[in-house]
Amino acid sequence: MDTGFTTVYWRDMLRFVRFKALLISSLVQPALWLAFFGVAMSSNFDRLAGIAPAFPGVVQVGYMTFIAAGVIAMTTLFTSLFGGIVLLFDKNWGLMREILASPMNRNNIIIGIGLSGVTKSFIQAMVILLFGLLLGVKFFTGYTPVQTIVALLGILTFVGVFALGFLFLSAFISMSMESPEGLQGVTTLLTMPIFFASNALYPIDGFPEILRLISTVNPLTLMINGIRYFAIGDNFTAIGLHFVYTPMDILISFLGLIAFAIATFTLAWWKFRRAVIT
Amino acid sequence: MEHIIEVQHLSHQFGDFVAVDDVSFSVEKGEIFSFLGPNGAGKSTVINVLTTLLRLQKGSVTIAGYNLARDPVQVRKSIGIVFQQETLDRDMTVWETLEFHGRLYALARADRRERIEKLLTLVELEIRRDDLTRNLSGGMKRRLEIARGLMTRPAVLFLDEPTIGLDPQTRTRMWEYLREVNEEGTTIFLTTHYMDEADQLSNHINIIDHGRVIVSGRSWELKNTLGQDLIYIETTDNDQAARIVGENPSVREVKPKGKGLLVMITEDGTRLLPGILESLQKQGIRLTAVNLKKPSMDDVFMHYTGKELRDEEQPRVQPQARRTTRR
Repeated sequence: MDTGFTTVYWRDMLRFVRFKALLISSLVQPALWLAFFGVAMSSNFDRLAGIAPAFPGVVQVGYMTFIAAGVIAMTTLFTSLFGGIVLLFDKNWGLMREILASPMNRNNIIIGIGLSGVTKSFIQAMVILLFGLLLGVKFFTGYTPVQTIVALLGILTFVGVFALGFLFLSAFISMSMESPEGLQGVTTLLTMPIFFASNALYPIDGFPEILRLISTVNPLTLMINGIRYFAIGDNFTAIGLHFVYTPMDILISFLGLIAFAIATFTLAWWKFRRAVIT
Repeated sequence: MEHIIEVQHLSHQFGDFVAVDDVSFSVEKGEIFSFLGPNGAGKSTVINVLTTLLRLQKGSVTIAGYNLARDPVQVRKSIGIVFQQETLDRDMTVWETLEFHGRLYALARADRRERIEKLLTLVELEIRRDDLTRNLSGGMKRRLEIARGLMTRPAVLFLDEPTIGLDPQTRTRMWEYLREVNEEGTTIFLTTHYMDEADQLSNHINIIDHGRVIVSGRSWELKNTLGQDLIYIETTDNDQAARIVGENPSVREVKPKGKGLLVMITEDGTRLLPGILESLQKQGIRLTAVNLKKPSMDDVFMHYTGKELRDEEQPRVQPQARRTTRR
């Protein structure tokens, strides 16, 4: 088996743990989102939700619990979209020549960067989960230990596949760009619609038709479906709305994420196959 | 002699621009072979094609017994490269840089560790092993890159302008390292626009200009083609002087150079010079400057290309300044 990707992975993780300021800020930042945005919004939304009629026999969760999944998703999105930036730096000023001139199969670059990015996202997701639970996020309520572990694995699976999809995309964009400024611009342009046309912060049922359609197929929505399903359950109310997930919904969401990852990998593969740097 | 690099009719174009035009040469195993030429002559294009960074467009190349077009991966495994630009990750340590390279080429762990120790000793970077490469001087970075190129025990080490931007002392030290590497059996292929580098370091020189090999040979062979000695004179009437000096049977050729004339002679210059000066004085031509010297690579270059190759200092690409924009 070709294990060249472990080399790329090792080197990227080396850099991740080397820069303590970057490491710590990448872990603290999502927690701060939850602490400030989460607390502020939930104190408002939960008051409004109190007016809405309760659904008898259905678990009701607060806004904080609702958006905790969104914050995990948002953090994964940002981390992954920027995960390939090291390739741009390597291309312009670093090791890319050395790597491309080596006998290693270039797919290993994409896979290595993908796996190191997934590792970072896993660490961040766990930090948000733990911090969220401290702040009163009602995840895994009434779960047995075994159920909790299964739910956790389910969440990480969704996070992992989603992260891979965006890391491959990030690798493609990084290899296509000439400057970090350009990369920053394109990435910011992408995050805006992906983040807001999703169910991260609010339900999408009330959106206008076209926006709702976009939001439904948005990979971010697909991942959040999975996280909420595993963390909260298949039947709950939040912000006065009733959420029901069937196993089929979740399977379709998961397959959607897989398809997205395959598509972006193909893009990156195509880019690297043709890459020439002299 | 065994040929470790065999290049036949290599051409390379960028759009309409012909960077390399029908170049053929071969490199013998164990020698130091250099491509000498001004900036933009096509040296880097040749090295980039040979090291598989650029796709082979036209011609045939064999390196260490492998055909470049058919077996690029085997070629890659057989060579080491020191790029013209700095290609170090400044956020990795010296040791990590070498370890990464060893892993990239799938060297076994024990093999990697042993090689790293040996190479750190060779390039005298043992005590800097845990320093980030950002903290190394220009010369140290170059040495680290040479060590990296040698990690895989390559049959050929390619170096693109290895001493560009280094101070004179560091350059001399770098040559010593390269000679040591060569003595241990590694064939070295280098490009340079420094005359002295080609002259002092290499066994075999190809002078390249406008994408073509102008002349090829050993350093002394190239110089001998210009005759035994060179006399440079400046006179009040250069045209007249050229005619008179040209009549001397020991003069091979007279060429204008700068404000004066370059006289190539086949005899010992110290004995010939008085006669030449006398013949000029008889015709009433006054001399304003005289110089007698052995031919240098500069003269060789001048002779074959009709222009001077200045050792203009081109600063090596320093990426650091821009990298401060890192997130």
